[in-house]
Amino acid sequence: MIKIVEIYRSSSKALLLHKARTVLTMLGVIIGVFAVISLVSMGIGVQNYVSDQFESLGSNVMFIMPGNADFTDDPANIYGKVKFEEKHIELISRHAADYVEIVSPSVRFSGTVEYKTKSFYSSIYAPNHKAQEVFDLYVQEGRFFNEIEEKNKIRVVTMGPNVVEELFPNSNPIGKKIKIEDVSYEVIGYTKKKGADYDDNVYIPYTVSMEDFEIDNFQGIIVKVKSSQDVEIAKKQVTMALLRDLDQDDFQIISPEDILESIQSILTVLTAAVGAIAGISLLVGGIGIMNIMLVSVTERTREIGLRKALGASPKDIAYQFLIESVMIGVGGGLVGLLFGWLASLAARSVVRTQVPLWAVLLSFCFSVLVGALFGTYPAIKASKKDPIEALRFE
Amino acid sequence: MSVLKAKNLFKIYEIGDMKIHALDDVSIEIKNNDFLAIVGKSGSGKSTLMHILGLLDTPTKGELYLDEEDVSNLEESDLAKIRNSKIGFVFQSFNLLARTSTLENVMLPLQYSQVPRKDWRKLAEKAIKMVDLEDRMFNKSNELSGGQKQRVAIARALVNNPSIIFADEPTGNLDTKTGDEIEKLLIKLHSEGKTIVLVTHDEDLAKIAKRTVTLSDGKVVND
Repeated sequence: MIKIVEIYRSSSKALLLHKARTVLTMLGVIIGVFAVISLVSMGIGVQNYVSDQFESLGSNVMFIMPGNADFTDDPANIYGKVKFEEKHIELISRHAADYVEIVSPSVRFSGTVEYKTKSFYSSIYAPNHKAQEVFDLYVQEGRFFNEIEEKNKIRVVTMGPNVVEELFPNSNPIGKKIKIEDVSYEVIGYTKKKGADYDDNVYIPYTVSMEDFEIDNFQGIIVKVKSSQDVEIAKKQVTMALLRDLDQDDFQIISPEDILESIQSILTVLTAAVGAIAGISLLVGGIGIMNIMLVSVTERTREIGLRKALGASPKDIAYQFLIESVMIGVGGGLVGLLFGWLASLAARSVVRTQVPLWAVLLSFCFSVLVGALFGTYPAIKASKKDPIEALRFE
Repeated sequence: MSVLKAKNLFKIYEIGDMKIHALDDVSIEIKNNDFLAIVGKSGSGKSTLMHILGLLDTPTKGELYLDEEDVSNLEESDLAKIRNSKIGFVFQSFNLLARTSTLENVMLPLQYSQVPRKDWRKLAEKAIKMVDLEDRMFNKSNELSGGQKQRVAIARALVNNPSIIFADEPTGNLDTKTGDEIEKLLIKLHSEGKTIVLVTHDEDLAKIAKRTVTLSDGKVVND
């Protein structure tokens, strides 16, 4: 058998001789690798986006939700089961005080916020006055509602910056009256930009909101744990406290980590699935390689006959064609990686994309493998040609 | 000394129930520096004989010795090795690699040889000089005339310094004038000591050979 270097030389010469065809054949692989790399990197970008959002929540905040909140259930059913009341807040404050710093009811709904002719569909969030601390909300101007306003059910509101932008583009909102679902509230402040959904919220005391909007129970309870290391033990204490009045099935405690974990695991599966679907286009690219290689073998029948007459063994011929298709795989893989990487860079203005090493290695190896796999049959076919017949081929 | 010796060669094709004797008990001996023409009508078996003598095909029965070595029953890859080192071919339709320079075309057999790469150029240049094509060394095959193409093919057959050269209708695709040039070249090569086997149906061309073997229906009728 002749040296691999020599076969490599004649293979690359043959590919260069048909530049357009080589590039077109590579295109299948290029698109496949490009799709895998760009989709996987964007999937990871979305995952990063989600975890950034959760990180802004703080890692020592827990949510107590109605029991067995199975997200496939009708939301109306879930909220129908809600039993959280003032006494549960007290239970937690009293019996879980070792680890819990702040407890706040959580009442939340969406509704229209209006000022004069302008309106904004906002998320209306009604916790107690301590929630500012739970969520690390900074007030840009004015203040958050206080304990007195909460107790006396005063209609005051602190708005998120996006709401201010919409309703008060040119004026200072403080002291103005806005309508929340047709009930008039006085603006006492607005928060700094924080990102996530916070900027779209308006905050009102839960006491007055429950009265104004006829809400009987809290939808949830928010607990801030003193130290993020104690989240697990705090979870146990809070559970014990609530079990004094509620059944195991009535509530569940979720930390952002739990939610993040489950969302991340879903996104990981999705990213992998999208990558795998993109991988199918690599297989299609491989079929393209086989198709062209078969054409090439037929077209070069005389060349094969000649090479055999001049002393090429069947192996030499097989390797020549195999290396050609592997080179198409390698070339297409490299170009696809480059384009995929560029696409990932371009998408970085939207989400924090990343090109993971495993995706690079996997898609590159797969494209080389596709080249080798789909090149094998044409190569064997070429090597089996009878030199006499091949030389006669017109 | 005998370069090639064939004893009682048979080549039998079976098509259905029919047996076709393409070669029917052919014995032939080719000596060093022979200039032999194998002639015969189409279907006489001359191409089959050339293919077997040139180790492109194997006989159904019979013995074949090249440089006193038995080559009757070898594997395809072994035959390829021997073709590479001991046999040169010149075809009617040149069979050059497309869009490839004279030099690279002539170096092609060396790719499959044990000759180290650093010697290729020297050997190829020597072969190109023998066919007077030094000034076309770097021209691509599509930039050459028919006669020049056949010279490149002859240089390619010479490059590995073979024991024997087979030329299959080497002037078949050329006009009379360029055909004559190729004839002269073959005569010159023979005078320089090469062993040449010319396969043709053209009796005029066969006349340049020193010895003529006529085949008919797979049998040697005249030597």
